[in-house]
Amino acid sequence: MDFILYGVGRWLHIASGVLWVGLLWYFNFVQVPGLKAAGADGTAPGITKHIAPRALELFRWAALSTWLLGAMILGSKLPAALLFQDKAYYPIGIGAWLGTIMFLNVWGLIWPNQKKVLNLYQYAQNPVADAEKNKARRTAFLASRINTMLSIPMLFFMVASGGLFRRAMFGG
Amino acid sequence: MKNPLDSIPGTIICGLILTVVLYYVVLLAR
Repeated sequence: MDFILYGVGRWLHIASGVLWVGLLWYFNFVQVPGLKAAGADGTAPGITKHIAPRALELFRWAALSTWLLGAMILGSKLPAALLFQDKAYYPIGIGAWLGTIMFLNVWGLIWPNQKKVLNLYQYAQNPVADAEKNKARRTAFLASRINTMLSIPMLFFMVASGGLFRRAMFGG
Repeated sequence: MKNPLDSIPGTIICGLILTVVLYYVVLLAR
């Protein structure tokens, strides 16, 4: 059981998190500036039709699986970590909160607004008006940028939370 | 004032500042 939880579980949590944060950084460092340039020469539709929807699908499911696997690893210690009930849980508690806020941003702000921007799912046949699309684009952009900002301390607290690393970084 | 999140360097600097602040919060709270 420990092997599944701490071996396979942690490995899958990290692999999932790499996929999630990798795509998040791709959106922010590559796709957003790329789309701006593509919009100027009329080549944006190829990206918004074939690349962005695929990236978003992987992105949102990776966010969910990363969160669920993280919760699985913490197991019965999840409430204690989130409520900072023991000093040893402070670092992972901060990491878990940052990850949780990022996960909520993905499913609560980025995905619903990107569906409007890219005419996906219920908007495929009924696209929203341009004004609403622009508003949705800005909201999704800011949520994505907030997540990029939060990913920096989140990764720090995740990697600095385990055993030797935690003692080296935080003492005790 | 311009929103720092509108630029990539601004976003990264905000993330680094937040990391340092949270690190010291955890360190001092322990």
